Parts: sequence; C-alpha cells; structure tokens
Amino acid sequence: MTSTGTPQGVVGLSAAELARRLAAGELTSVDAVQAHLDRIRETDGAPVDPADRSRGKTGLNAFLHVNAEEALSVAAEVDAARARGEELPELAGVPIAVKDLIVTQGQPTTAASRMLEGWMSPYDATVTRKLRAARMPMLGKTNLDEFAMGSSNEHSAFGDTRNPWDLSRIPGGSGGGSAAAVTAFQTPLALGTDTGGSIRQPAALTGSVGVKPTYGGVSRYGVIAMASSLDQVGPVSRTVLDAALLHEVIGGHDPQDSTSLPDPVGDLAAQARAGAAGGGLAGLRVGVVKELTGEGFQPGVQQRFQEAVELLRSAGAEVVEVSTPNFKYALGAYYLIMSSEVSSNLAKYDGVRFGHRVLPEDGPLTIERVMGSTRAAGFGAEVKRRIILGTYALSAGYYDAYYGSAQKVRTLVQRDFAAAFEQVDVLVSPTAPTTAFERGAVDESADPMQMYLNDIATIPTNLAGVPAISVPGGLAPEDGLPVGIQFMAPARQDARLYRAGAGLEALLEQRWGGPLWQALPDTAALVRDLAGDPAAPDLSAPVRGGAR
Amino acid sequence: MNRSTEEVLSFDEAMEKYDPVLGFEVHVELNTRTKMFDAAPNVFGDEPNTNVTPVSLGLPGVLPVVNRVAVESAIKLGLALGCEIRPVSHFARKNYFYPDTPKNFQTSQYDEPIAENGSVDVELEDGTVFTVEIERAHMEEDAGKLTHMGGAAGRIQGADFSLVDYNRAGVPLIEIVTKPIVGAGSRAPELARVYVAMIREIVKNLGISDAKMERGNVRCDANVSLMPKGSATFGTRSETKNVNSLRAVERAVRFEIQRHAAVLDSGGTIVQETRHWHEDTRSTTSGRPKSDADDYRYFPEPDLVPVVTDHEWIERLRAELPEPPAERRRRLRTDWGFSDEEFRDVVNAGVLDEIEQTVAAGAAPAAARKWWMGEIARLANQRETEIADLGVTPQHVVELNGLIDAGKINDKLAKKVLAHVLDGEGSPAEVVERRGLAVVSDDSVLTAAIDDAMAQMPDVVAKVQAGKVQAVGALIGPVMKATRGQADAGRVRELILEKLGVQG
Amino acid sequence: MSAITREQVAHLAKLAHIEMTEEELRSMAKELDLVVDSVASVSEAAGPDVPATSHPIPLQNVFREDVVGATLTAEESLRNAPDAAEGKFKVPAILDEE
Repeated sequence: MTSTGTPQGVVGLSAAELARRLAAGELTSVDAVQAHLDRIRETDGAPVDPADRSRGKTGLNAFLHVNAEEALSVAAEVDAARARGEELPELAGVPIAVKDLIVTQGQPTTAASRMLEGWMSPYDATVTRKLRAARMPMLGKTNLDEFAMGSSNEHSAFGDTRNPWDLSRIPGGSGGGSAAAVTAFQTPLALGTDTGGSIRQPAALTGSVGVKPTYGGVSRYGVIAMASSLDQVGPVSRTVLDAALLHEVIGGHDPQDSTSLPDPVGDLAAQARAGAAGGGLAGLRVGVVKELTGEGFQPGVQQRFQEAVELLRSAGAEVVEVSTPNFKYALGAYYLIMSSEVSSNLAKYDGVRFGHRVLPEDGPLTIERVMGSTRAAGFGAEVKRRIILGTYALSAGYYDAYYGSAQKVRTLVQRDFAAAFEQVDVLVSPTAPTTAFERGAVDESADPMQMYLNDIATIPTNLAGVPAISVPGGLAPEDGLPVGIQFMAPARQDARLYRAGAGLEALLEQRWGGPLWQALPDTAALVRDLAGDPAAPDLSAPVRGGAR
Repeated sequence: MNRSTEEVLSFDEAMEKYDPVLGFEVHVELNTRTKMFDAAPNVFGDEPNTNVTPVSLGLPGVLPVVNRVAVESAIKLGLALGCEIRPVSHFARKNYFYPDTPKNFQTSQYDEPIAENGSVDVELEDGTVFTVEIERAHMEEDAGKLTHMGGAAGRIQGADFSLVDYNRAGVPLIEIVTKPIVGAGSRAPELARVYVAMIREIVKNLGISDAKMERGNVRCDANVSLMPKGSATFGTRSETKNVNSLRAVERAVRFEIQRHAAVLDSGGTIVQETRHWHEDTRSTTSGRPKSDADDYRYFPEPDLVPVVTDHEWIERLRAELPEPPAERRRRLRTDWGFSDEEFRDVVNAGVLDEIEQTVAAGAAPAAARKWWMGEIARLANQRETEIADLGVTPQHVVELNGLIDAGKINDKLAKKVLAHVLDGEGSPAEVVERRGLAVVSDDSVLTAAIDDAMAQMPDVVAKVQAGKVQAVGALIGPVMKATRGQADAGRVRELILEKLGVQG
Repeated sequence: MSAITREQVAHLAKLAHIEMTEEELRSMAKELDLVVDSVASVSEAAGPDVPATSHPIPLQNVFREDVVGATLTAEESLRNAPDAAEGKFKVPAILDEE
C-alpha cells in the first residue's frame, strides 16, 4: 500500500487555515481553487466511456460536474476585492463542493438520476445563494445515490464513487461523493444532505466529519426533496471547526422554507474552538445509547467506540448508559415514512415540464403511457422500490397499519430522546455498524433490508429532528478502515455537538500524533495504478444494484 | 360524443316516485394578489406560463409557503357560512397524476379542514327559506389549464395532443362541501341554482373572490341520487363536474334526476361515476367510473406546518365581516320600499349591488331599479354579456337620470346616450355634449317644424280640429323626424294642440 | 405473513405511473414482501393513545404576506420542457378525464 496520503501544499490545508492565509494575503483564492481543480483532475479519473455516463470514471468519481471556469472567476473576484481592501466574509475564496441534490443556477443538477440529465435549474437553492453571498467558489457538484436513496453510492446513475481508503470499497451513501471529495483533498468543504444518515454514514466510512443539523436549522429550499420531514442539509469537512464554519454560512431562517426555524444559527465555530482547546468535556454528561451497540456492530467498530468513550471519561465527562427502548422500531418506521414521502415527492418527475421524456415502445401514445415509460426508464431500481413501497404504505386500507403507525413510532422515538436528554447533555454511539464494505457486496434484490441496516444508528435522529455529528474515531483493527463516532444533541443544541466533537477530535489526534488522514493512502497514486493496471478490477463493470 | 342518448323519465313522474338527495362541492377562486403557496401573481388572462415561479411549476427542490390573506379569506368564508373554525388545521397532499397538476399531487386539506359544520339559509323564488348544512370548507390550490388540440374541437376525446398553461396552477381555492340535502323534492333543481347563487353572493359580499362564474371563479360539482318515496336510504350518486352557470346547475340537476329515475324505473342500477354537463344538448354524459385510481393516498403535507387559530384572530376577522347577505336584503327591501316580487327580480338579476350604489350616489330607488332592470339588462342581453361587465357605473345612471330630470334629454334619448356610454364615448353628459343629443327645447325651432308638418298634412289637421285628438300622433312623427328625435314629444303635442286650439 | 402479490404490485405501479415488465413485477413483489415483513412490527409498537408526529419540530402559522414576487419568463418556464408549442407545455393526448 502506498503511504503518506496527505498531499503537500494548499490542498492539504483545512478551510480555517485556507481562510487565514487568504485573509493574510499569503495565498490567493485563484491559486487555492486551481490547486483543488488540479487535485480533482489527478484523482477523480476520466470517463470510462464518454458516450455512456452510467459507466462512471476511472478514478474516485466523486464529481458529476466540475465547474472550473465559474470557480476561478469567483476566486478572481474575491482576490480583487481583497486587494481593494474590501471587508469579506470569513470563508470568502475558500472552495467548496455541492452535493448534486442541491440546485445551482448555471450548473447542471441531476440528483444522479437519468431523469434529470441535462436539466438546468432556473433558480438557486437558498444554501447555494448563501454560498455565493459568502463568496465561496463552487468547484462542482458531487456524486450521490440516485435522489439520495442508498447507503453505498452504488445507486448513482453515473457510476459509483470509490472510497479513497480503498478503491474497491464503497464510500457510503447517499453523500459518498461529498465525503470522498473531502477525504481525498479534492475540496476542503462540501455540502451534503441527510435523510437517514446520508451525511454521517459516508463521513464515518471515509474518516471525515459530517453534521446533520437540527431539522429546520438549514433551509431545504432548492434541495431536491427525498423525504421532506426527514431531509436536512449539512456540512462535510475534515475537521470539526471547518464544519462549524460552514454551518454558520448555510444556517439560519429562510422565509421560503415553512419548516425553517426562526432561531439564529449561533456561534458554532467558537464552540468548536472551545472544545478543541479542551474546554468541552469536563462535566459534560454523555449517554451511551444501549440500543446502538452490541449485536450487529462490527467488533472493530465497537472497539474504537469503547476507546472513544473511555477517552471522554478520562477527560472528565460523566458517562452513563441510557436506554431508548423504541429505537428498535425506528428503522421500520423510517422506511415507511421515508418511502411514503418519496412516493409523493418524486411524482413530479413525469416528463411533462422538465427532464427526460421517454416514449413507450409500442401501443397508443397517451400521456399516461408516456409518464409510465418515462418513469420506468428514468428511475433506477432502488428509487422504484421505494416509490412502490411508499405507494403501498399510503394506499387505502394500509395507511393506518403502516404510515399511521410509523408516525406514532416517531412520537415514541422523540419521547425516548426527550427522556434521555433529561439525564444527559449529549448521546453517543458508533455512526455506522460496519466499516466500508466492498462494492457489490450487498445484493439488494435478494434482501433490500440488509443495505437499510447501515442506517440503524443514524435514523433515530432524523425521525426526531435532533442534530448529530460524526467524527473520525480511528481505524478498525481488522480491516484498517475508518470508524465514525456519533454525538447526538437535543433539538436546537447543535452547538453542543461542535463542542463535544471538537473535544474528542483533539483527544484522538493527540493520541494518534496527528489527524487520522495521515494514514490515508496516496489517492492519486492509487488512481494512477488502477487506471494503468490491466489486472485491476474493471471499474466500468456495472455495479450490482446500481441504476441500470 | 359518447353515449349521448340517455333515457330520461319526465320530471313530474320522477318526482312522483322518488325523492332526490343533493350534494354540492363548490370551488371558489380567491382574488388574492398572489397564489396559495407562492408569490406568483394571481391574474387571469396573461401570457401563458408567465405568472409562474419555480414553485408554481413544481420544479425540483421547491417548497410552498402559505398565503396569509388566503387563510384569512377562508376563515372569513367559514364564519359567513356559520362554520366552526378548527383550532388546528393541517394541509394534506392529494396524490394523483394529471398533466395540469405540476407536482402530480394537489396540496389540499383532508381530515382537518379550516372550517366545518356550518349552514346557510337560501331563499327560493317564492320566498321559502331552505337551510343547507355545510360539512366543511377547506383550502387548496387550483390546477393549470389544458387546451386539447386536434380531433373534435376542444374536446378531450379524440384530441391529438394537449397544451398546458400553468398560470392558474396554485391559485387559491376554497372548496365548500355540503352535507346531503334531503327534502327539496321537486324544488331540487331550483334549490341547486339558488344555493350556488347564494355562495356566489356571499363570497362577492366578503370581497374574497371576483365570483365570476363565466371565468371559473365559482365552479360547482353537483351530486345527485334518488331514494324511492318512503325510503330513507340514499341511492348511488353521480357527480356532475364543472357546471359553470347558475342556469346550467339547475338544468344539470334536473336532468340527472330524470336520468336516474329512468335507470331505476327500468330496474337498472346507477353507476357511481363522474358525469359531464353539456350545455348544447342540455344533458350529461358518462365520464369515468369511480375506481382504484381514486386512491388519493392523502397524507399530512410535510412541507407545511399547521394553521392554529386562536380566539383573538377569529374575532378580529369576524369584526371585519360585512353584513350578511340575508340581513342586507331585508334591510334594503324595507329601505327601498320595493314589493316582494320587485325585490326578488332584482336579486335574481344580480343587480343588488348596482342598485344600492346607484341609490347611494343620489338616485331614487325606483329610478335605479328601472334602469338596471330595464334598459341596462336589455343591453347586456343584446350584447351577450353580464351586466357587471357592460361598463355602466352607478354614477352613469345617476347622471343620466339627472339629465332627464333637468329636461335636457328624454327617455328615448337617454337610451341612445347609454348605448354611446357603453361604446366608451365618455360619461352621459359628455355624450350629450359631443353628439349634441340634448332635447330641442327652443319653441321657435319646434314651431317651424310643426308649421311645416301641418302644411303638408291638412287632412290630419282637420281631423284633429274635428275632435279626433288621437290623430295628432301623425303630426308628431314628422316633427320628431325633422328634429332627429331630439324634441320632447310631449312638448310637441302640447304645442300642436295649443296651435289648433284643441284641449289635450 | 404479508405476502405481497404480483397483482398488488401491478396495481401500485399503475398508481405510481411506472411501467413494469412481468419480471419486474414478480421480483418487486418478492422484495417488497421482505421489506414489509421486516417493518411490520411498527404497527404493534404504539397503542391507540399515542399521537402521530408528522413534523419533527413543531412550528405553526408560518405565512407569507400576499405580495407579488419575481416570476419566470415564458422562455425560462419552457427552457427545460421536453416539448412545447404556442408558449405552452405540449403533452400527448390524455386518455383519462378528470
């Protein structure tokens, strides 16, 4: 294995450090952006078959679209403004990547679906507008499972993203593209979306940091809806402080989102800095969730988790075990609610107003049949599975047993959280039950639930709307792959996550003698090897379960 | 046209054997400035697909935000219908695919509507008051507009393709649903018309809708079923969609009663289905049967939060309510001193507002009624338009009346003046001025014309002088002609008789 | 215990407007059956006294003032349309009536 994965120079810097150097005039934004564009070119690979996007790329394939021109022009404007002595936002000039579920004017938005291939949004998402207002150059749009449905990135219609730690493994999903891009130093920051763990599980599997804010803390306007009552936008980064800085940029009230909280976003970066300085853990009451350990969790994951808990205890945290008896129903309830909302949210993709239209091969040409064949051709297998499940859960005669019951379980899960948070300040668990698995290892047509189990530890927070963070917890001894530690906090208490997360991050880095990514293999070399090695696995082979 | 020849029983025979049960779903388009869930303008008749935002088009990523004025309009309407306003009311999604529905679901309300359990008193033409119970009134959004091209003109059947304009998509609607209406008997068709007219009047009075049926501001779906006389078990119902004039509502209900009766009489069963009303044949045809496709999979709209009403809010809106139409009518009838019949005619003609404003502007109630029910109604009929759309204002009527009172014009001239006002030539006074239409009151001009006429018709002069006073008309005609109608015929008669020394 | 049939899936696919081959209908029935079986416990979790939660964070009365905002031009509206004519979206003939 190639070692010393941390690249030298600009791309190795955190967002906070980049911002400092930009502000100090030690670096230009154009140079910072160019360095990251070069890194993307080095590591993302070339299209396997330019005529067939579904075959993906020869490298990481973290980006579905790279927008060098726009990113460089924004960077140049920032540099010019800085030269004129203008006051600029803290992250001005720091590049960022955006999950391709978030609409962007002037750049395509596909949701990694054939359905939206070529679609150009006539409007910006609120978070996109906020990035522009913060004058952050957008490098491009990152890969995901189609319409954010999946835990492995194998459901992208444009080829799967690879895990930078091992190119034969999945990076997690649905936000595998954002997590891989951040991990592989293609960008210091990325936006993700989290419906059942799509920010946190990929963060865990790639050794990066991911935050799902309190529901309503970040606007969903312009974020392609998967499950409206569960979706939330959040930051992806390599450090807890960077996540906090980005969270401050994207958070806050938005009148265009009726579920947006009126609360101000708060001083999250200050919390992260205080936590990193060791001020966060002494006296912090930490609850270990009994139901999110033990059976079903990989031994190496459990081991790193136990060590993390011990570290917290040694730093003065009061660690207790708490029980959340209704979490055992959470996965089932989640799949019913999520798929129900999916079945309705994805109805608009019908080939009438935008996107693809596919005509039926034979028979009468009626709008009903055109919609039917458009949706048959435009959606992948997993999307269809969820639409059909959701249609079932909402249909006459089944509503009470399925959707109705699931909404009651949601109440029970909220009560579990409320009871737990009476005893403790934050809850802690492993983020995902396993480390990254091999591409194609899970056969979803044999048992779709097997893939869904990846989200077992992340979905309770989505059901309850409470915030959570995943921070790197080290590498599992048995496979040398990253393990994530998840903190959960009460609604509107996102600040606690940054304080606790940064505290643990500092303790672990002390133990490791530096950040986890020092152990990351050299991605550029791996990609070169793979592309040039005839014996390497055929990256162009369609992945099982992927969208046709 | 499909299945156009439905058997029908005579209405009288149907009524001998069956009791009709009615139910109405009336959709009212609100006249808010913007749509229900986005800031696109709510304007009729603009260029297609320009009164839209990404939200109205249902583009990926968009979210709805509720229009406060639409909610307040719904609460006001609920109060005017005597409904309870729910303390907590939710929006829900009604899922079905149709190309005029941008998201392929309609944002509506389901089990928690804003208003429920009300009633409204309607008055039949003979003055009988009938109470219609209201089940609910809920908020929702309108769909876009489909135009069917090719095939039979404008018909969905046989069309080659359709064009969609989403300007109307998202316009706020309130749907008012009645409880089953029993006991109307042979008055059912009339009750249908009067009920819809009442709803139209209420929303117009509240100022929450333009209430123009011809523009689809008020649309009615009429449910009809029959029970055999003596039975209390409801029969299977049909739902006749989009019956969009008061006359059509009455006719459609009558037709459906007759059709149901014929089916039941021949031992058949009524199919629960949608029916379409055709004004040209004055009959309904079968739409599609109720089926599995009607599984709308309602669920709470996750993108919208509940509407919670408190006492203070409701009472503030209640204080803003105008006088209820029934009370207002009682008051106006007394104030104006119209007979019951005169007043009913005014109400049925839909010119209550106009007369009220005309009286307020200074005209006598009788004069106001004469104009609005007479010449103006005639002109509206002649020009095939609604009185409200003619362009006559109460001020015009008052001015016209003033000109007559002052002797400047006579009735005949006033009608001419009115026609010119409608053609956009200005106010009545301006028309009189510009066209020189004032009555010729200069006796010397008249005398000359009268002398001419008498000179040409000595035989008539002789007749009159011999005492046949009614023959004087033959002399008046030429005088009016000579003065191009601008003479006051009464004055001409007086002058002639005076000249001839005859008593009139 | 749920035993989703091919016919049920066909009905659901019709409601969802997704054309499916015979093979898809059968495999989807099998997959759905597994999912439904494993989520079935949800219906036993909560008693009748437990209220349903549709929104994770309770908010109420979020309104927009009735003020006209920016609109799309006809060109912007139709730019992504698969088919258009006369400033409108063009769709094939409609079979069903609403």
